[in-house]
Amino acid sequence: MSNHISLKSCVAALAIGLSLTVFGNASAQNAVKLRMTIWSANEAHLKLFNDMAAGFKQTHPNVTVTYESLPFETYTTALTTQIAGGNAPDMAWIFETTAYDFVSSGALYPLGDKLAALKGYNLDEVSSGATERWSKDGKLYAYPFSTSPFAVFANNDLIRKAGAKTPAELIKSGEWTWEKAIETASAVGKTGKGGLIVRDFNYQNWQNLAAIWNGWGASPWSEDGKNCTFGEKPMTDALSFIHDAVFKNKAMPGPGENMDFFAGDAAMTITQISRASLLPKQNGFEWDLVPLPTGPAGEYALIGQAGIGVMQSSAHADIAADFVGYMTNPENSAKLAQFFPSARKSLLNAETLKKTNPLLSQEQLDKVVIAGISTGKVIPGHTGFAQIQQMVRAGLDSIWTPQTDIAAATQKICGQISPLLKR
Amino acid sequence: MARRDSLAGYLFIAPQLIGIIAFVLLPLCLVFWYSLHEWNVLANTFTYTGAQNYRMLLEDSSLPSVLGATALFSFGLVVLNMSLALLLAVLLNQKLRGIAVFRTLFFSPVVVSLVAWTIVWGFLLQKNGGINGMLLTVGIEGPNWLREPVTAMISVIVVQVFKNVGLNMILFLAALQGVPNELYEAARIDGASSFKQFRRIMLPMISPTILLTSIITIVGSLQVFAQIAVLTQGGPGVSTTVLVYYLYQQAFQFHFFGYGSTLSIMLFVIVAVLTFAQWQLRKRMVFYES
Repeated sequence: MSNHISLKSCVAALAIGLSLTVFGNASAQNAVKLRMTIWSANEAHLKLFNDMAAGFKQTHPNVTVTYESLPFETYTTALTTQIAGGNAPDMAWIFETTAYDFVSSGALYPLGDKLAALKGYNLDEVSSGATERWSKDGKLYAYPFSTSPFAVFANNDLIRKAGAKTPAELIKSGEWTWEKAIETASAVGKTGKGGLIVRDFNYQNWQNLAAIWNGWGASPWSEDGKNCTFGEKPMTDALSFIHDAVFKNKAMPGPGENMDFFAGDAAMTITQISRASLLPKQNGFEWDLVPLPTGPAGEYALIGQAGIGVMQSSAHADIAADFVGYMTNPENSAKLAQFFPSARKSLLNAETLKKTNPLLSQEQLDKVVIAGISTGKVIPGHTGFAQIQQMVRAGLDSIWTPQTDIAAATQKICGQISPLLKR
Repeated sequence: MARRDSLAGYLFIAPQLIGIIAFVLLPLCLVFWYSLHEWNVLANTFTYTGAQNYRMLLEDSSLPSVLGATALFSFGLVVLNMSLALLLAVLLNQKLRGIAVFRTLFFSPVVVSLVAWTIVWGFLLQKNGGINGMLLTVGIEGPNWLREPVTAMISVIVVQVFKNVGLNMILFLAALQGVPNELYEAARIDGASSFKQFRRIMLPMISPTILLTSIITIVGSLQVFAQIAVLTQGGPGVSTTVLVYYLYQQAFQFHFFGYGSTLSIMLFVIVAVLTFAQWQLRKRMVFYES
C-alpha cells in the first residue's frame, strides 16, 4: 500500500515538476528585459522612473525595465562605447548637442508613428519647434522629454551688500539689460566674491555661452548649419563683451577660478531652472530667478533639451517604443515635469507648473519657464558636434587671456570648422 | 617522461600565455584589422577602406602638433624623472636612523590612485588654488598653471614625475646597494673625487638599471592619458594634446574608430622602434650586463 502511495506521489511530483518546467520555460521565453541608459543618479529621479517601470509592468507583465546611470560628463562617450562593444542599451537619453548625430546616423528606431497611434498620447500638442532637432524627413526619432529654459539665479544678499541694484529692481525700472547686469556682477566681483557664473561653461563648454551671445543675435553657424558665422560682427561683439566682463570688469570668474553660486560664492548664475534644487535648504540666502537680460538684439530665451530614443539595434525595439510612449504620455509627462519641464502645451501653464516647482513664484513661472519654453532657441548642436566642439574650444582658448585679438581668433576658428560644417 | 615533463611545462606557462594571447596579441590583431576599416558605430557600418586611414595620417594637419606635444612631454618627463629618481636614490642610500621613513614617503605616491592624485593636483593648480595661495604668502603672484600653454605642459609633466618618481628611485636604490663597497674604497685609495666615483664607478655599475628604467619611463610617458584628461583635456589650444589623448578623442569622442585604431598602430610602432633602439644602445652604454 505504502509503495503504491509513494509511486503515485512520485508520478504527481514528476507531473507538477514537468509542467512547471514547461510553463516556466514558456514564461522565460516571453520575458523581455529592457535597459535604458540615463545620466542622472538622483534618487528621486530613479524612484520616479522605477515607479513608471512598475506601472508599465501592470499592462506588460513580462517586461522588466532597468536604468543604468552613466556619469554626466562622459555620458555620450560611455554610450557609444557600449554600442561599439555590442552592448547597446534598448533605450537611451540623448543630449541636444549630439541629437543630430544620433538622428541622422540611423541608430534610432522611428518613434513618431508609434507615439501618434497611442491612445490619449496627443503628440500634436508638442510643438514642432521642440521636436525639430529630434526629427528627420518628417519622422520623429526621439522624444524631447526635457525642455528646460536657461535663466538667471541671483543672490540678492550679496548684491545689496555690494551696493548694487538687484535684477528685480532693474526689471522694475526697465533696465534689465546685459550692460546693467554686468555692472551689478562687477560690483560684487570687486568685493572678492564672484560676479556672474555661466554654469557648466568652465571655459570648455562654450555652447553654454549662447545664453549670452543670443542676446546679440549671434550664432556659431548659419540656420542650415553649413556656414560658420563665428567671425561675424554679432559674435565678435558678444565675445568682446564677455571678454571685457571677465578681464576688465571682473564681473565673471576667469579661467581656472572655481566658484559656486549655490554655495553663496557669487552674485548671479546662468543655468537651467531645474538647478533650483541646488539652492541651500538651510542657512541660505535671499535668491531670485529672472529671465535672461535683454541684449542689443532684444529679448530672447535659450533652452536645453534631452531626448529619449530607442536603439534600432535593440532586439525588442517595438516594446521599448511602447515603454517610451508610456513614460512620456500626458499623465507621466506631468510627473516628469517636476524635474524635467515638458514641451506639452497642456502642461505649460502656471497652475500645473506650480505643483511641480514649488520653489518658484507665479511670476517666475510665467516669465521664465512658460515664456522661455514657448519662445526659446535650443542650445547649438550639429552633426559631428564632438569634433566641432573640440576644435572651437581649442580656438577660443586663445581669447581667454587679457590681451587678445578676438576677430583673428574667430576667423581662425571658422577656417578650421568650415570643412566640418559642410560635411 | 620527457613528453610528460614538457606537458607540465606548457601547463605552467598556459595561464600567462592564454592571457597574452587574449589580452595582447588578439586585440593587437583586431586593432590592425579595424585600422583598415571605416567603422561608424552609430550607423552600425563597418566598411573596408584599405590604406585610407593610413593616408589620412599623412594628411592630418593636427598630427604634427600632437606628435610635438608628445615628444615634449616624453622628453621632459624622462629627463626630470630619471634625474630626480637618481638624486633621491643617492641621497637615500645612506645608513641613517629613520631613512626607511623617507624612502616610504617618496615611494608612497606610486601606490596612490592615479585619478585621485591628478584630481587633487588639479585643485592645487587652479588659479585660485593651493599652489598660488602659497606663492602669494611670499609675495609672488603665480601663473594660471593649467590655462597657459607652457605652464600647462610643465604642470602635467611635474604631476606625473611626482607620481612615479618613487618607482624609479626604488629600482635605482636596489641597484646602488648592489655596487660592492670595495670598488669605492679602491677608488678612494687611488685619490678619486666623489664626482669621479659617481661618474666612473656608480653610473657604469647601475647602467643595466638605467636602461631598464629608461625603457619603462619612455614607454610610460608615451601612454600618458589620465593626467591630460583630468587636468587639461588637451588644452589650452592643443598644447597638451598628446598622442594617446588624441587617439581617445578620435575613437571615443568623435566616433572615428577606424582612424583611432590607425593611430594606435602608429603608437605601437613608435614604442617598438624606441624600445628596439634602446636595446641596441645597451651594447655601447651598458656595462657589467650578466
